[in-house]
Amino acid sequence: MLTKRIIPCLDVKDGRVVKGKSFINLRDAGDPVALAKTYYEEGADELVFLDITATPEGRDTMVGVVERISQEVFMPLTVGGGLRKIDDMRRMLLAGADKISINTAAVLNPGLIREGADRFGSQCIVVAIDARRVKGDSQLRWQVYTHSGQKPSDLDAIEWAKEAVALGAGELLLTSMDADGHRAGYDNELNRAISEAVGVPVIASGGAGIPEDLYQALVSGRADAVLAASIFHYEEYSIDNIKSYLERRGIPIRR
Amino acid sequence: MVSIVDYGAGNLRSVINAVVKLGYQPKLAVTAEDVLEAGALILPGVGAAAHTMHSLKRLGLDSAISRYIAEGRPFLGICIGLQVLFSSTEEGGGHDCLGIVPGVVKRLPDNLKIPHMGWNQVKQKIEHPIFNGVPDGANFYFVHSYYVEPDDRALVAGETEYGITICSVLIRDNLVATQFHPEKSGEAGLKIYDNFIRMAQQDKP
Repeated sequence: MLTKRIIPCLDVKDGRVVKGKSFINLRDAGDPVALAKTYYEEGADELVFLDITATPEGRDTMVGVVERISQEVFMPLTVGGGLRKIDDMRRMLLAGADKISINTAAVLNPGLIREGADRFGSQCIVVAIDARRVKGDSQLRWQVYTHSGQKPSDLDAIEWAKEAVALGAGELLLTSMDADGHRAGYDNELNRAISEAVGVPVIASGGAGIPEDLYQALVSGRADAVLAASIFHYEEYSIDNIKSYLERRGIPIRR
Repeated sequence: MVSIVDYGAGNLRSVINAVVKLGYQPKLAVTAEDVLEAGALILPGVGAAAHTMHSLKRLGLDSAISRYIAEGRPFLGICIGLQVLFSSTEEGGGHDCLGIVPGVVKRLPDNLKIPHMGWNQVKQKIEHPIFNGVPDGANFYFVHSYYVEPDDRALVAGETEYGITICSVLIRDNLVATQFHPEKSGEAGLKIYDNFIRMAQQDKP
């Protein structure tokens, strides 16, 4: 039986791991290679790196980081952040990344999804969606944001998810902007709405504070994988703690 | 000598890293001669089978790989490197493949999330040195939308459940091929590479 994946996320800036509350107030949490190795040894199922450096020098640093990690860590690696061109994707894949996550670039140029999928295969293309609840609407819906959550787009999250998959996305990385950084649980209405709308795996992200939150994202949110950052980084819970907890609650987990 | 076929596969780097981690110095096989000189040949692959077939043909590697395998020499195919061994694939409206293993490559049923992506268990159907030190039911990392159906079910050495039962390890003499990615499957995956290379070394006359 396919197991549910537990995915630590490392936000990397200038070669260092940082993670903040609701995308601001970043705090240093370590060396990416050392952290990646620790997660690998602890039994993480996959790793996601978001490069939040927006400069070309930062990009070069990230390529080197991915190269070093892929020599030590034998599990799937997803890299995202500022990758706007096929050549950017190719560089990361050649460095040892398995999947490329695109967010703003996909919204601005949806053709990039198709181009990437044709070139490298759908399994390589993760479309990351940052969504925020639309307030004051009679019907529950979510709006897509770009530029690290700074800019609202005119896209509806569910419609955009369907379009991204139709264009060739092999997986969706869904972040609730309302929940992200607050550590009070994922937005499982969002997770469920998207997971039921598409036929590809969905990674739920944003809001994990306690192991129960991950359980709910997998069960109520029907996510195929859960992504979390700070819950792991500050050693409040180890991967093993969380996996044991989920296993006790009947979730299929890799041990 | 361990050689890895380099035809531009997306997971080439990861396969090299895994083999290097085990203490071997792999060679890249870029020509038909390189393929035929290999002591142990690994065919990586990820993405689309038709694309891989096209690349192998363009580089003149298809017939060299067929000949290498026909000679009974040690071969390890990974993911698309398994699928292209078959007669044909349904992928992309239907394409002929290498025709080394009789059988077809089919799309996973549409009621499942596709691709089949993540860690899943491999039930070992036979005893074989490729499984040395790998517990029965160990988890490996899968990412694929198509699966193989060999005509000869006796070739199925490992099975995995994903809505249906799929062949996740195929073995015919010195030909070993996996649907999962051992280079992305932690210590159990490294063990598969190590076992394969050891088998190849013992196979030397």
